[in-house]
Amino acid sequence: MTEVGSPRLRSEDARLVTGRTRWTDNMTPAGTLHVAYLRSPIAHARITRVDTEPAKGRPGVVAVLSGADLADEQGSLPCAWVVTEDMRLPEHPPMAVDEVRYVGEPVACVVARDPYAAVDALEEIDVDYEPLPAVVDMEAALEEGADLVHEGLGTNSSYTWVFENGDVDAALRDAPVLIERRYVQQRLIPTAMEPRSVLCVPEGDEFTLYSSTQIPHILRLMLATVTGVPEHRLRVVAPDVGGGFGSKLQVYGEEVIALLLARRLGRPVKWTESRSEGNMTVHHGRDQIQRLTLAAERDGRLRGIKVELLADMGAYLMLVTPGIPLLGAFMYSGVYKMDAYSLTCTGVFTTKMPTDAYRGAGRPEATFAIERLMDELAAELDLDPVEVRRRNWIRHEEFPYDTVAGLTYDSGDYESATERALELFAYDKLRAEQADRRERRDPVQLGIGVSVFTEMCGLAPSRVLGSLSYGAGGWEHASVRVLPSGKVEVVTGTSPHGQGHETAWAQITADRLGVPFEDVRVLHGDTAVSHKGMDTYGSRSLAVGGVALYSACEKVVDKARKVAAHLLEASEQDLEFSGGRFSVRGVEQEGRTIQEVATAAFAAHDLPDGVEPSLDSDATFDPENFSFPHGTHLCAAEVDTETGMVRLRSYVALDDVGKVVNPVIVEGQVHGGLAQGIAQALFEEAVYDAEGNLTTTTMADYLIPTAADLPEFVTERTETPATTNPLGVKGVGEAGTIASTPAVVNAIVDALRPYGVRDVPMPCTPERVWRALRDESPPDLAEPGAGGGLGSAGGAR
Amino acid sequence: MIPASFDYVRPESVDEALEALTDAGEDAKIIAGGQSLMPLLRMRLAMPDTLIDLDRLDSLRDVRDDGDAIVIGALATHHRVLRDPLVRAHAPLLVRATAKVADPAVRHRGTFGGALAHADPASDLPAVAVALDAELLARSARGERRIPAADFFVDWMTSALEPDELLTGIRVPKPGEGWGVHYEKFHRTAQAWAIVGVACAVRRDDGRVGDARVALTNMGPVPVRCRAVEEALAGGAAIRDAAELAAEGTEPPSDLDGSAEYRTHLAAVLTARALAAAAAV
Amino acid sequence: MPRIRVEVDGSSYEDDVEPRLLLVHYLRDRLGKVGTPVGCDTTNCGACTVLMDGLSVKSCSVLAVQADGREVTTVEGLRAGHPMQRAFHEEHALQCGYCTPGMIMASIDLLRENADPSEDEIRDGLEGNLCRCTGYQNIVRAVRRAATEMRRPASEEVTS
Repeated sequence: MTEVGSPRLRSEDARLVTGRTRWTDNMTPAGTLHVAYLRSPIAHARITRVDTEPAKGRPGVVAVLSGADLADEQGSLPCAWVVTEDMRLPEHPPMAVDEVRYVGEPVACVVARDPYAAVDALEEIDVDYEPLPAVVDMEAALEEGADLVHEGLGTNSSYTWVFENGDVDAALRDAPVLIERRYVQQRLIPTAMEPRSVLCVPEGDEFTLYSSTQIPHILRLMLATVTGVPEHRLRVVAPDVGGGFGSKLQVYGEEVIALLLARRLGRPVKWTESRSEGNMTVHHGRDQIQRLTLAAERDGRLRGIKVELLADMGAYLMLVTPGIPLLGAFMYSGVYKMDAYSLTCTGVFTTKMPTDAYRGAGRPEATFAIERLMDELAAELDLDPVEVRRRNWIRHEEFPYDTVAGLTYDSGDYESATERALELFAYDKLRAEQADRRERRDPVQLGIGVSVFTEMCGLAPSRVLGSLSYGAGGWEHASVRVLPSGKVEVVTGTSPHGQGHETAWAQITADRLGVPFEDVRVLHGDTAVSHKGMDTYGSRSLAVGGVALYSACEKVVDKARKVAAHLLEASEQDLEFSGGRFSVRGVEQEGRTIQEVATAAFAAHDLPDGVEPSLDSDATFDPENFSFPHGTHLCAAEVDTETGMVRLRSYVALDDVGKVVNPVIVEGQVHGGLAQGIAQALFEEAVYDAEGNLTTTTMADYLIPTAADLPEFVTERTETPATTNPLGVKGVGEAGTIASTPAVVNAIVDALRPYGVRDVPMPCTPERVWRALRDESPPDLAEPGAGGGLGSAGGAR
Repeated sequence: MIPASFDYVRPESVDEALEALTDAGEDAKIIAGGQSLMPLLRMRLAMPDTLIDLDRLDSLRDVRDDGDAIVIGALATHHRVLRDPLVRAHAPLLVRATAKVADPAVRHRGTFGGALAHADPASDLPAVAVALDAELLARSARGERRIPAADFFVDWMTSALEPDELLTGIRVPKPGEGWGVHYEKFHRTAQAWAIVGVACAVRRDDGRVGDARVALTNMGPVPVRCRAVEEALAGGAAIRDAAELAAEGTEPPSDLDGSAEYRTHLAAVLTARALAAAAAV
Repeated sequence: MPRIRVEVDGSSYEDDVEPRLLLVHYLRDRLGKVGTPVGCDTTNCGACTVLMDGLSVKSCSVLAVQADGREVTTVEGLRAGHPMQRAFHEEHALQCGYCTPGMIMASIDLLRENADPSEDEIRDGLEGNLCRCTGYQNIVRAVRRAATEMRRPASEEVTS
């Protein structure tokens, strides 16, 4: 084993740094027609008339279609997660027919010879709307007599899902300490850098659909189901895909319509969104309101937690919309021991873009809740926030541990991770500086935020997903082809879009087969090549797909061993396999390389009885459990009490993702995850006004952080192998995002606690911090900022 | 997104440009660097019939010495302004603020004149022009006139330029000795517009701030000159006390970045900081 | 339609273009230079950054007619194994790679201005280029590495 664990540089990079990339929008086969969408400018309205005639006469326009024109063939966009038996699941036409329910919903489209002509013709489509009331506020939407998003449903509630373990009422009753809070997980826009793009190429009655998607396999099945194009006549390709973060784990109306148009017009059809279009119509993330009650003893030991959750579904239920909060439902106890837990989650319809998976999907919300509450508990009891965690967390010798939320954590070592994180962070020194600044009444206060987290990922066990009524399994597939020349092709069912599978999978393969890294090529993202797979999301690729690959490699070796034994006229038991070579134990010079065996297996001139030609093998892996990465993150934030500006001074991320295949890639995943979690804490929010208009439609309004807005991260790892897969690996894609949001907000609140501040709503904009300070009277200090020298504060960039 | 169609004119001289402006009438738009205009064109928030491209008017790119002032050609890019020795010597406040405008790629294309003519109160340079008592040189077939910066910004995204007028240059008075300057830009991310910006120049007089010029970005439909602060300082007030008057007479907007109330608060805090920073030079 | 003459990555082109045609669309759709992607419509993301007459510009915010008579360099026009490309690879400064062409061109421009930038200068200098994958840390490292490489005299580069 030399490749696994080594910091291989990525083989993907060569094409990406030179611009020789195959983004969907880079492909324009001869004859391609271009699509542009007219979208609803109103949150909620009845469509009374769509006049497409004038647009049809525009130069270069081939077709103009309204929802009514597609009504017979467009079907309803799928929701694969019916979370309760009585869940209300409204029809969701890819293009609105009678009614629009969010700003940006497609109303008509133009198909033209080029994108400029298509966009021009949009101006000529005339639509009459009869406005209906917008439903923007989740809590108001559930009130008696509220305006309805879907009149026919008679309510804005989609479902209520309940989980209970232990007697939470008893735990709360007469608890010595009760912490009650309401936290809002604001709506986020995932903002992958590559806008969505789809190209559908017809060949007779067969279709190849290229899409910037995370899920070519699922997309194929769903497109077949929605449109009636037989699954075997449809090939879906995810070429190079420029990031997803969950936003491309979706079956979008534009993908369905591309297929319908290609079928109707018999020509390649392409659509690429603009960013402002995407901000409105790529599914959003988060958007939950949490009512939380944490019960504890006076010594800080937890009794239990009660969670009442409202989750904004938006206007429709998309692929896994209703299930997202449930992915968090099992994480509200975090890394802690307690006896009682209850959660009630209500999915609420509003006239907004549907929500769905965004990096972490449910788990960031839950982790935020418990980690913020632990800090509040520490403050209540006047304990150090690390100490209150220490008194409650699962100790390393207690694994495997059955949590109150019904999971079995297989492994973990929170003590070691935390100890190392505190060391790297220089925790005591920063606490001393904090005390000093408080003493000096420095207008710039220092706060320290702690987040000790775990998360469930590697989605995952088919049986568990089945028990949650998810529509599919969670296995993954891989096949390994040993070519006659001894080179190796790996086909994976995962679908990378930045994660580096081409490199990491080659590392796993090179080690198992004893072939050079360079001799392995990884194929993915094309249903004609990779015929089985469940794709990439939920930090599942390595922990499920990587393990499937490992198993497939084992099968290759087993088969090669048979052939080699035959060739060497030895028994299989007498063969050793090392460094890619089979040799007879004790007679080292007698041997065959795996390449030689592959050639022999290809020629098939002399194979043992019952052995088929070639060494090719495949395997699926369906884990028995999720994987549970964990870690301790520490954040130091400077808060300018005069302006409310927050500046992150240092950030330590100590993660335990089990065995590591490629430390370079792992570090990169952590960095990127941190950036997005920090962005939720400080910068990002999708804002709808009272009329249901999205006001953050551009990158000038929806602020994602730049290089200048983020600190240098200090990252390190402990390594506690997962016990539920033979590689000992855990997922890493979401960990940084999940851990960092509460670390940052805890730091901000910690800085301001002497001023009486107990919370700052996210994103913690300067104004919100300032307001939090103003709304509280400062008990411990004199007037904030008094005594500070002019210009000495300097918190602003 | 894709701009709507327009006719395109690229005059080779200022006279040709003026002619084109007259011919095209009200529905023409001038493009200089285009860094503010291009997004508006692409989002179809601006749909001019004619676009007049000043790209070939190289005579408007230079900076020249004009005795008691420097004259910066309207088409001098931010990039050029940052490096120009005359600007660096005589308008250091402009240099400070220009360095905060957008990002390097935008500064390579965007022009000083374009940023002023666009008259966006959230952009950084209008307040600087007002603070420096710059004069804007406007030409039309009818002749040339000098418009004081204080009169140039009429309303939100509206300048005093007549439809047939072209901004050709900006005359920035030389301040003389002993001035310190600072531009304080307060924004949520490095890319974001200023929630509030403070442009100031101060001259220390006997250990105190005497003369001061202060103007604010994004505290109303036009950049705001803070006369009350200046007068208080001239009258011997301490920086912090004078700065409390910063928001006097302003009509700050409320938007996603901040409420009017918050901006009012920020104006005072940031003005104090800007003055202190400028005075320390 | 105006006729423009542009030199792109060492080749000359003459084309009639609609005045409203964006430079990035000219590069991609007319010249087949799809190495330069589009990431936004408001000049924020910088994915489309190219060099025009040696200076970085966002090619979505320049009209093709404005490139008339000028020289444009895209990521495809960099000499093979440009130190900035190598550094991005060696420091794992990209994940999905969509921002990378623009990030590389902006970084090259940054070093033209400042051959030995500090970390803060790099962070500030790249504020016009958004990356959603890396958290920027490895991009900063890559630019530092490339700066060291590019300051090294040519002879040394050959021998080392």
